[in-house]
Parts: sequence; structure tokens; C-alpha cells
Amino acid sequence: MSTPIIEVRELVKQYPSTTAVAGVSFSVPEGVCFGLLGPNGAGKTTTVEIMEGILPPTAGEVRYRGEPLGARFREEAGILFQRTALQDFLTVRQSIALFRGLYGRGLDVEEVIRLCALEKLADRDARKLSGGQQQRMLLAIALVNDPALLFLDEPTTGLDPQARRNFWELVRSIKAQRKTIILTTHYMEEAELLCDEIIILDRGRIVAQGAPRRLLRERFAEVLLELPRHEFPERARALPLRIIDASDRVEITTDDLEGTLRTLLDAQVPLTNLRIRPANLEDLFLELTGTELRP
Amino acid sequence: MSAIRRLLAVLHARNLEFLRDRATLVFTLLLPVTVVIGMSFVFGGPQRPLFKVGVLAAGIDRESHPFLQEHYVDFIAMPLRDQALRKLTHQQIDLLVDPGPPPVYWVNTDSPKGYIVEKLLLAAAPDAHRQPVTGAALRYVDWLFPGILGMNMMFSCLFGVGYVVLRYRKNGFLKRLHATPLSAFEFLSAQVLSRLTLIVIVTVILYVGIGAIIRFHSVGNVLLLMLLAILGALSMIALGLTIAARFSSEELVGGVLNLITWPMMLLSGIWFSLEGSPRWVQWVAHIFPLTHVLDAARAVMLDGAGLAQIVPQLLFLAATALAFLAFGAWSFRWRID
Repeated sequence: MSTPIIEVRELVKQYPSTTAVAGVSFSVPEGVCFGLLGPNGAGKTTTVEIMEGILPPTAGEVRYRGEPLGARFREEAGILFQRTALQDFLTVRQSIALFRGLYGRGLDVEEVIRLCALEKLADRDARKLSGGQQQRMLLAIALVNDPALLFLDEPTTGLDPQARRNFWELVRSIKAQRKTIILTTHYMEEAELLCDEIIILDRGRIVAQGAPRRLLRERFAEVLLELPRHEFPERARALPLRIIDASDRVEITTDDLEGTLRTLLDAQVPLTNLRIRPANLEDLFLELTGTELRP
Repeated sequence: MSAIRRLLAVLHARNLEFLRDRATLVFTLLLPVTVVIGMSFVFGGPQRPLFKVGVLAAGIDRESHPFLQEHYVDFIAMPLRDQALRKLTHQQIDLLVDPGPPPVYWVNTDSPKGYIVEKLLLAAAPDAHRQPVTGAALRYVDWLFPGILGMNMMFSCLFGVGYVVLRYRKNGFLKRLHATPLSAFEFLSAQVLSRLTLIVIVTVILYVGIGAIIRFHSVGNVLLLMLLAILGALSMIALGLTIAARFSSEELVGGVLNLITWPMMLLSGIWFSLEGSPRWVQWVAHIFPLTHVLDAARAVMLDGAGLAQIVPQLLFLAATALAFLAFGAWSFRWRID
């Protein structure tokens, strides 16, 4: 197995009133899209900011290509923060050029502009971009040094569905260049679509790690039945079914769809609003932590 | 009523924010107290004397001559004869005395106050030898002009860079820069150079523009003045960066900057000379870079001083610029803690 591009060992981040990260260890192989999933406050941004060298850990260490984070890491890493403000009165091109000037090597500014589909916006004041355009510009800045390792911290939070899908397309094109991507998100669709491997964090600890499909296969049977909670009678809880409670619904997982439907019909459970779908990462999180992933 | 309710809600929240920002609160209270105490020390005390008389000596021994016991005369020790004669020529002092023996005095025959204080001297020392000099009084505006240039430079240096760095820290731009190979020293140096260029251009425009309006003519070397302006601006920009290096509160940084600029405004000699003020006031004044800028600028512009005469001030400004920049880089914070 090849040396991981980045490795996190026994990471702890303690604040006076809380422990944000409580002993997290994992390694990321080169060329994969690695996802950190969890609800707000799970410790994913803190973990990523320690990995980026922005925050010092209370204990533990991060190693890039086997070495502690240093000058090489800063030259070879590209970062897109959750929120970033840039200098006022600069155009998109000037903002990208500013960051290009901070690195010894990298891509041509015009090439990055083209890569992130910013040609028509290049001479516009960077403050006057929409949310999706802003994220594309910040992605361009993160790519300007042609990074080997790209951090994307909740890159599509706050974007409309169309802008989010456009952004995903961009990330997929970057993935195709075999760059390593570390993605934090609380959008399960995003993680399922982009990530080769994920860890799920809850209260500063890893509660699951692996490829999304494998994790789902390990934890869930083939299908998942959803019923509105208020339509699910209390007596039905005694049925021999695997039932998970979500906030507004009841979920039943099974590999015997016909048998389960028969059981529910026999128990006279109303099935008018029944929804059948495959299990997803959100179900996995619910199963693992007993809470829903989305805030 | 709902408008008042909303107003009160915002007022309450703002008050809580202010009161919980302890550092700002302390500075807000400290600043006026410091200014009042400082002003009372500088401007308080007995009535101001009517005349200024230079005495060619390292110190004033009032017992050494009856004239030195006169009331309402401010006797100022002036060990350097050439410097003292320049001040007499410009009517910055009314008489210059060498107690002797034999007693000798110099009087500016163009000065009305010199005429009167000469009578006082001759009453106390009729045998004193007279040495007449001539020279028009230095216009206050000529004396003030370097002070105004220096004050403009001070505000631009301290507030211009301090608030910009603070804004960068608060909006997360510094955090983003921290994720690149850029070092704190490189970032701060870039800020210094950017502001320095601006200040030098503005100062040259003001020097030429205002100089033409008030018909000011510098008798010194303009290149030397440029060197002085660069080193003075460097020192004060670096001071501004040092203040903004760590803090994240506009009010706190504003408080600290005011705490520095007010004493500089009063004690650096922008508006009036501190000659004759208590020794400790002069000592405090020389902590500030602006005092050294103005001392050297007036020496060059009004008295035609050369490089050798202002080397001490240039060295002070260069040393403080380096010290402030080094301290600023060491204590720099990229993000809000």
C-alpha cells in the first residue's frame, strides 16, 4: 500500500468549555476524494483546520507525505474555507493573481479562470458575485498552485441546487485529474456523489469509516421503508421489524420487502404514504448516532 | 411604541457587547483620564514667563548672576552657541547671555521683546558686553508647517494600517492568507511598503502645494527631508502594525491608537515648542517617533542642518521601525482566537 498523502494521528482539540476533537486518527491515500461527514458541531471543521495547519492541535499530529506540516505542505495544498473574504475593490482576475503570486509554482491565472468557468466574470468586482460564482472563484484560488491536496470545507453550503450541481461537476473534473480531495459536508448527496471514502464524526469522534457503498451494505439491508410517524401506530412497534425513529418519520430496513409489507398490512398499519427507497448515508448516520445528520 | 421597543432592544444588545469587551472598556476609561492628567502636568503650574532668555551653559545656576534671578523670565540652558544664535536670529528666544566673566549678551535688534529684556539685563549687569544680531521673527506658520506635515503622516500611518489589518483579520482574509506560504513578516512588510509609498507621495504633494501657498522656502536639503520622511513614516507605520498585530476589536484598537496619538499630538511639538517645559515632559516626548521627525525636519527646513546634525534622529527612527516590525511579526495573529 502506498504512503498516505496525509495522516492524522490521535488528534485532540480542547477548548476551555468543550472538546471539539477527541482523539481522531485516519489516513488519506493519494488520489481519492475523502469525506468528513457530520452535523454542525461534530468537529469536522476543527479537524480539517488542524489538518490545514490553521489551528494548532491540543494533542496529536498531522503528517503530510510522512513529514510534519511545513513549507512543502503550504506550497502543495489548496484550501477552500467555509467562508472567505477577499480584499475589496479587486476583480476576480486580480484576486486570483494575488494568490498566484504567493506560490512558487502553479497554474497560469487564465488557465485557472477557464478551468472554473470564470471567463465572463474575470473583470467583475469580486464582491459583486453571486454565491455560486463566489465559490467558483474561491475554488479557482484554491487551485491556483496546482495543489496535490485540495481541502474543500463545506463548499456548497448556502448555494441553490443548480449552483450546487454546477460546483459538483467542477469537483468531479478536478477528481478526474487524480488530485486528492478532502471534503467536509453535511450534504449526504454530495458525499455519496463525490467521495471514495468517508469518515463520519459525531461529538469529536469517528463513528464510522470506509467507502460509502460498503458502509451502507454493512449496516443496511437492501431497502428502506419510510412511514410518517403520526401514521405509525404504537402497537406496530411490537412487530418483528427493524425500526429506526427519525424526527418526522419511522424507517424500517429489510431485505424481504414482500414479507415486511405483509406484516404491516396484517397489523393494519396505514400504507397510503409509504415510501420505499434504498438506504443512504443519512440513514447510516441516524443508525449510528440516533440523531439526524442535517441541522 | 414598537419603534422604541426595537431601539431599546438594539441599545441593550450594543451596551452588553460594549460592557463585555473588557479590554475596550478599560481603554475607553483610561484614555480621557490619561489625557486630563497629562494636560494638567504639561500646562499646569505657575504663570508662564514673559520672556525667553538663552544662557550659554550646560545648566542654570540662578545664584551665579543677579540677572538670572529676575522674575517672569524663562532662562533656558543652551550649551551650543551656534544653535542658540540661530534661535535668537529667528526670535525664538529674546536674548542670549553668557554669564562670563566677563558677561556678554547678544540681542536681536529687530526684536521688540529683545529691546525690553535688554533693559532688564543692563539694570542687573551694566557692564555686560553687547553683541547685536539681526533677523526677522520666524513666522509661526513656517514653524508649524513641518508639524502639520508630520501630524498628517502620523494619522495616516497609525490609523491607515491599523484598521486595515484589523478588518482583514475580522473578515477572514488573513486566515486565508495564512493557508499560503506567506509569512507574517512578508505580509507586514507589504503593508508597510504600500502605506509608505502612499504617504511619501501625499507628503510631497502637501510639501509642494502648501509650501507654495504659504510661500515657505526650506533652507535645507530636500533629499535629506525625503530620507527623514521615509524613516519617520516607516517607524510610525510599524508602530501601527504592532498595535493591530493581535487585536480583533475595532474599539480596542481605536482606543490604543488614540492613547498613542493624543500624547503625540500634544507632546511631539506639532503646535508649540516644548523648550522650557519640565525635563520629564521632554523626556517623554522623545519616546515618540514624531518628536524626532519634527526636531530633524525643523532643523533641516528652518536652520539648514545637514545629514551629520540629524543622524541621531535618523538612527532612532530606523531602529524603532525595525523593532516595531520585528515585534509586530512576532506577536502577529492571523485569525481571531
